[in-house]
Amino acid sequence: MAGDDLDLNALPDPELVEQMHDDLYDGLAEEIVIGTNILLARGWDPQAVLNEALVEGMRIVGIDFRDGILFVPEVLLAANSMKAGMEILRPLLAETGAETIGKVVIGTVKGDIHDIGKNLVAMMLEGAGFEVINLGINTDADKFIAALEEHKPDILGMSALLTTTMPYMKVVIDTLKERGIRDDYIVMVGGAPLNEEFGRAIGADAYCRDAAVAAETAGALVLAKRLTAGEDP
Amino acid sequence: MNLESEAPIRPEPDQNPRVLVIACGALARELVDVINGNGLAWVDVECLPAKLHNTPDQITAAVERKLDSAAGRYQKVFVGYADCGTGGTLDAMLARRGVDRLPGAHCYEFFAGAGLFASLHEAEPGTFYLTDFLTKHFDRLVWEGLGLDRWPQLRDQYFGNYRRVVYLSQIENPDMVDKARAAATRLGLDFEHRSVGYGDFAPAVIRAAGGAAA
Repeated sequence: MAGDDLDLNALPDPELVEQMHDDLYDGLAEEIVIGTNILLARGWDPQAVLNEALVEGMRIVGIDFRDGILFVPEVLLAANSMKAGMEILRPLLAETGAETIGKVVIGTVKGDIHDIGKNLVAMMLEGAGFEVINLGINTDADKFIAALEEHKPDILGMSALLTTTMPYMKVVIDTLKERGIRDDYIVMVGGAPLNEEFGRAIGADAYCRDAAVAAETAGALVLAKRLTAGEDP
Repeated sequence: MNLESEAPIRPEPDQNPRVLVIACGALARELVDVINGNGLAWVDVECLPAKLHNTPDQITAAVERKLDSAAGRYQKVFVGYADCGTGGTLDAMLARRGVDRLPGAHCYEFFAGAGLFASLHEAEPGTFYLTDFLTKHFDRLVWEGLGLDRWPQLRDQYFGNYRRVVYLSQIENPDMVDKARAAATRLGLDFEHRSVGYGDFAPAVIRAAGGAAA
């Protein structure tokens, strides 16, 4: 933790980045803002700050959440800290014109108003270099499909927290099939009550158990799709 | 609900095979009430910790361990859980073992009854439900369970998309209504009270017990 007696400015780069991982883990947003600004002032590329300090820190948080060491509130605090850092980096990344690795349309399905996990996934996808169009909560098939047509993403991401709302993912996928556009998109699903078997059963391309896995899976699937299509990845 | 009006099955206890209900701790009081109120003396209850509701991915394995430990001791076992956020894994395990459970997705669904619950959710998906148990243990299970005692600034991240609390009460108790209303205020949500009694819960438990007696 960056306490009163720890001057982040005094730390050499590797130690500062490591300290930022710790501060992210501890949910210290103010320290993340300070650390982000210090690295930028030292001439770091915004993308490198994002990848090495924030995304890597959040990856560690994700592992400890998966292993039952951290719980939802701690992950939320860490995510809020990462968000604080990203708010500094986002305009800088836009200025540099860094090419995104793909585009994602993501939303919580109809009847479901839970978005904590979905927003975490959106943030990790953005951190991984995706452009993310976040449709919010309670999203029906028409709204998903309108967004797909408007934004032409690589990936459709759907989230649900309730056992009663997760079957709606199949409604969306079946609607895509009916319209003959299912194979135009990679469909990824997630949410606490879901599992691999459910993902397969409804015809999704991937089920992701957490935000870090979602970001890794999205990158891998987009790369594979482009290679299959003979595009330059 | 008036338990006396349910025309319960009351065979002689010694004619009945032993029945075990493996249930969520959140249902313990209500189960004992239904069992005692309907003369189901041949039914035993074993509960798992209610706090499993905050980690529903652990429920299926915990119930299965209880089923294993009950093997051979009872003629029939019934599970006092709804799906409870297990995403169908509880059902898959119970189907494999030929065991039935309470109906619905959550305790607040079977207490409300499927029809009322569907209309409540349809009217406002952003509804946070409280039962007697959740009201009584709101501080421990909800407030502290979500870390809001340590980080109250997270409240609106958890509940920002919710609009109201609906308290589905099992017993009539003005103090509990006040407590539920206070919980809604702490969450920054509107409040509504529905006195639903035991809804689909009591008939399901009586059927499970009666089935064994048939």
